[in-house]
Amino acid sequence: MFESLTDRLGSTLRNLRGKGKLTEENMAESLQEVRKALLAADVHFRVAREFIERVREACVGQEVLKSVSPGQMVVKVINDELAKLLGEGSTELVNEKPLRVLLLGLQGSGKTTFAAKLAKRLEKEGYKPALIACDVYRPAAIDQLEILAKDNGFLFYGERDQKDVVGISKRGAKWAREQGATAVIFDTAGRLQIDTELVEEVRKVRETVQPQESLLVADAALGQEAVNVAKTFNESVPLTGIVMTKLDGDTRGGAALSMKSITGVPIKFLGVGEKVTDLEACHPDRLAGRILGMGDVVSLVEKAQENIDEKEAERMAKKLETADFNFEDFLSQMQQVKKMGSLGGLMKMIPGMNNMQVGDREERKMKHTEALIQSMTPLERSNPVILNGSRRARIAQGAGLQVKDLNALIKQFQQMKKMMKMMKGGKGRKMMKKFQKGGMQLPEGGDLGGLGGMKF
Amino acid sequence: MASLFQRFKDGLKRTTPTFYKAFSKAGSLFGGRKIDASSLDELEEALYSADFGVETTEEILEAVREAYKKDKELRGLDAARIGASVLERVLEGSEGRIDQLTHKPEIIALVGVNGSGKTTTAAKLAKNFQDQGKQPLVAACDTFRAAANEQIRTWCDRLNVPLIASQHGADAAAVAFDALQAARGRGSDVLLLDTAGRLHNKENLMRELQKIRRVLGKLDESAPHHAWLVVDGSIGSNSIQQARVFHESFGLTGLIVTKLDGTSRGGAVTGIYRELKLPIFYVGLGEKAEDLQPFSAKDYARAVFGIEEEIR
Repeated sequence: MFESLTDRLGSTLRNLRGKGKLTEENMAESLQEVRKALLAADVHFRVAREFIERVREACVGQEVLKSVSPGQMVVKVINDELAKLLGEGSTELVNEKPLRVLLLGLQGSGKTTFAAKLAKRLEKEGYKPALIACDVYRPAAIDQLEILAKDNGFLFYGERDQKDVVGISKRGAKWAREQGATAVIFDTAGRLQIDTELVEEVRKVRETVQPQESLLVADAALGQEAVNVAKTFNESVPLTGIVMTKLDGDTRGGAALSMKSITGVPIKFLGVGEKVTDLEACHPDRLAGRILGMGDVVSLVEKAQENIDEKEAERMAKKLETADFNFEDFLSQMQQVKKMGSLGGLMKMIPGMNNMQVGDREERKMKHTEALIQSMTPLERSNPVILNGSRRARIAQGAGLQVKDLNALIKQFQQMKKMMKMMKGGKGRKMMKKFQKGGMQLPEGGDLGGLGGMKF
Repeated sequence: MASLFQRFKDGLKRTTPTFYKAFSKAGSLFGGRKIDASSLDELEEALYSADFGVETTEEILEAVREAYKKDKELRGLDAARIGASVLERVLEGSEGRIDQLTHKPEIIALVGVNGSGKTTTAAKLAKNFQDQGKQPLVAACDTFRAAANEQIRTWCDRLNVPLIASQHGADAAAVAFDALQAARGRGSDVLLLDTAGRLHNKENLMRELQKIRRVLGKLDESAPHHAWLVVDGSIGSNSIQQARVFHESFGLTGLIVTKLDGTSRGGAVTGIYRELKLPIFYVGLGEKAEDLQPFSAKDYARAVFGIEEEIR
């Protein structure tokens, strides 16, 4: 009942695919299912209803299907409508220097953490960021921001003996200017959108510092309340963007849909972890694809491009082609994958893989694989054939694991090699077909160390 | 002490007219007007808008529809009463209470996802116990987040309750262990463990919680005696998943629902109770220590449906 939106839509659409023809009746039924799925994913009641209406109308307007299957058509319509709902166009920050960004939101939504993440990102883009502590209410909020700034080498401004937030923000902005900051981020206190006094305060801060960007930071797991929060804040402090946080949890972002649809304000960033680099840009159309479970290949590729060494990738591609692949390559490939972020996050972006749970267990397995390979000598890594009993015992001990773990790894490695050889040969095409038919499936007992063999 | 209902109502007064309407949409419906198909739709929307989810919403709607079938003259207020009684029945047995302390110290661990309000709740709980003449001790087991120690220290200083803290980056289980020894040494009645926020799907962080339990077990096998999940009342159905996973890996004994002073009705918590039967000990209805109130199913159900006149 409370599975994620994608799971729900996934099962609905799978049913539809099996039905062959799209009739009035079975469309109504599946739209009802989609509606339930949206509600279970915390999309606001009215937003869900309007969405269903739009899909229904779009379907009715369309001629009876020609070459596409009914399932495909519904997927397409739902996808298009979801994308429309999330809005099109740019979700980037204003490209101006100096850039001033005001952050606001409910208590516990993750503003302070996001402030540091945004600073990090802007720094990467060539800005010199400064963090201004405007939360004088929550105990130690100023300390938290200062520690985050210090750890990452950002400029920081705060006044511990002052309660006048408007004054602090004004002096902070001036100070940051003098320090040569080109991106100034104002971290305000958490407040209820209905707390008129505190909302007035943040409104005044906005008037004072004139930020080009006012971002609402919101927990992605927000319930129906998301609509009230976004709407009310937007009415008093015109927002330029929404940031969804804690998306590394297992919530599916129904709140994003609600907030976007009610305010029309674009979703600009997604918080996906506790580290200061765990921030993703958000493109509404891709988010729609992600919600639908069609994967987010584009953003995966982007992410891979940012992190993977081009030359290394090329070298690896050649290796794969010639099936001349050893443990050394396996290791370096695995490290490349690791650079891209958590496995779980990556898998979610691959179509068809988002139903798969990749948790810490798989991450741990990858670590084990790494430890095993690192316990081998260079000769053993490039010549796995020489791994006899005593070598195996030594390696396993070196990695703090059992010989059977190593044996499993070697077996898996051999399978991979075999597969590569087949891909290279004429059988490749046949196999790919088989692969697609049966959907993506990991080898028996397949640990994701084998992910290293996947080409993105 | 103001009742849960009164607090809820006070909270409601501060809400925007839009929301007031949503509930008294129920309101127009819950007034003297006769029920019809469109008012049933409105009721459905009001229930979904309060995060009650499919199951509870359907159950309430079904009961109202049933009654409407039998009595076409059914009025809004009758529907509200029916709804409240269904909700109260669903929440039967959900009122968590600590009537007396059976251990010394009685150990309460507060767990939850990031930003749910654990630290604030820990300080307020300590204050509540102190006001009841008990000796509380708070342990700052969030050694991960930047300035978490400073935050709980400021709270404890403000409310004048004692605190045990360690360094940033210290082992949370070690802090809990030290705190339990300190609590015994001081003769404290209640030990409150404020743990770091963690998303439930992070297995490693969940294991850290299990370690706290294991390490405390060396001093007291039954510790912690209470493991309460602190849930943000504005979170939707994901809070059910949070509860499910925390319960599975840490063995919860109850819930605390925070941030109900906004416009959220915390309906998702009903879903948690339906599935896991975890009692709700307190609800957070404001920023002050006394705004942390014992949960009352009856008051809650009536507040949700805006039934005033029957509240004592």
